[in-house]
Amino acid sequence: MNATVILAEHAHARAGDKGNILSIAVFPLDAAHYEWLRRELTAERVAEHFASRRPARVRRHEIDSLKALNFVLEDALEGGVNRSPGLDRHGKSLSYLLLSMRLPAPG
Amino acid sequence: MTTIHIGCGAGFANDRPDAGLRLAQDLARRSGRRYLMYELLAERTLAEAQLRKQADPRAGYAARLFDFLQPVLDTCIEAGIPIVTNGGAANPRAAAERLRAELGGRHAGLRIACVLGDDLMGMDRRRLGQWLDLGDPRDELVSANVYSGADGIVRALDEGAAIVLCGRVADPSLAVGPIRHALGWAADDWERMAIATVAGHLLECCTQATGGYFAHPGLKEVPDPANLGCPIAEVAADGRLVITKTAGSGGCVSERTVKEQLLYEVHDPRRYLTPDVVLDLGAARVEAIGADRVAVGGIHGHPRPDTLKGLAGVRGLWFGEAEISYAGAGAVARARLAREILLQRFDLLAPGVQPWIDLAGVASLFNDARGDYLARRLDLAPEVDDVRVRVGLVHRDRALIETLLAEVESLYTNGPAGGGGVRRHIGESIATRDFLIPREAIETRLEWY
Repeated sequence: MNATVILAEHAHARAGDKGNILSIAVFPLDAAHYEWLRRELTAERVAEHFASRRPARVRRHEIDSLKALNFVLEDALEGGVNRSPGLDRHGKSLSYLLLSMRLPAPG
Repeated sequence: MTTIHIGCGAGFANDRPDAGLRLAQDLARRSGRRYLMYELLAERTLAEAQLRKQADPRAGYAARLFDFLQPVLDTCIEAGIPIVTNGGAANPRAAAERLRAELGGRHAGLRIACVLGDDLMGMDRRRLGQWLDLGDPRDELVSANVYSGADGIVRALDEGAAIVLCGRVADPSLAVGPIRHALGWAADDWERMAIATVAGHLLECCTQATGGYFAHPGLKEVPDPANLGCPIAEVAADGRLVITKTAGSGGCVSERTVKEQLLYEVHDPRRYLTPDVVLDLGAARVEAIGADRVAVGGIHGHPRPDTLKGLAGVRGLWFGEAEISYAGAGAVARARLAREILLQRFDLLAPGVQPWIDLAGVASLFNDARGDYLARRLDLAPEVDDVRVRVGLVHRDRALIETLLAEVESLYTNGPAGGGGVRRHIGESIATRDFLIPREAIETRLEWY
């Protein structure tokens, strides 16, 4: 049985919005975990984790020099800050939805 | 080596006005050229400012502009620190006139510049319609602005402005303008423009670079978070960039805080479009070089886009919310029942309208329009002692929203046992629509006060 971890224990993140597009930058708390993050935190897994937001597309950008992954989720904000009836119309809190992901533990 | 200093005293319209004074005092103690910027606009702010201007021709600048400016005016003017802000919003001229009045007879020779040309409401609608989809004829266009770059700010500073009042300029341009003016960097030196734009990008959300929106107890600590210092960018003529903050303030500038802000609201980091440059952060580096000092390098730039981004504000929608809470024994079950009752009532009163109903305590921030996330959380049989039912509605018909929100209040006598704390409100929801417009269609001009 493989051990899993909650991403929040090993990474920090900040979310931003532009219209109906959500972006979330993710960084390992320990720089040594960047390769693990690159391997495990795939665009496919993020898309699956955000399935209830029905993103039209999820893209991942890697910035190795910053040891950072930047995710862009299109149409994930239920219309965005001007049209969403939701509590967090910006989606600012969704960095922590991403950090709630469960991943195989770093080696 | 010439080094200039740019501080940012606010990152949005409702930021803390008192942080700017300590920043201005810090800048006043530094030598060399220094500038203070205030970023006071969000996507919707300009439409709201246009509505205020329609009601009163002397209004329409950022509502709290003078809460920010008043405490720092004398310090900045006496120390020769120009102030650059987009707080002119929909009416920079009215802001300039008020500023003159506020100064009374003081600083008589002071030059106040308004940077104009971003406001397209005066443009012929058929001409504007080439680029902006004017949409549903029931919608009322209330604002149309273009994110202009730093050119107007550079000219204003070159011509001696002590205070530069802009409407919609791209946020980082508030720093790019002073950097180009002070260091003489050419507008088409893309590598330099990229460095200047990164400086502006790291400053524009103010304390988001200095420990604001960052603390996570146990994982990411922030010292003295009630007194966060404002960020300061030190830009050297050779392109070196250091981010620091007000001396003696709370907060922190670390590799982590700078990285979070560097990628904030960025999509493709190798192609971040701004009016001044296409920014490439693909090889960006950050390095802590001292206490609350982080150097940023590895920044590259490509020629600026031929088109500028525009943003229009459109009236036609209303946003309503109503809430009621259940606490104690069976709180989740009673809140869940309240939700089911509301869904049935809404279906009866307004078939076809999809209400958004959260159970805060179980799922709200992460919930979605269909309640899929909430359903998953409810399946886990959460034990929560205090649950708030929240209804959110966006619709064209204000009266319909009023009717549905009243249904939440009707749970006082019709709902599950022990509901309390009903609040409801309704407000206009101005929708925004972005568009692209060729640079040649825009004429940036200055007026002096």
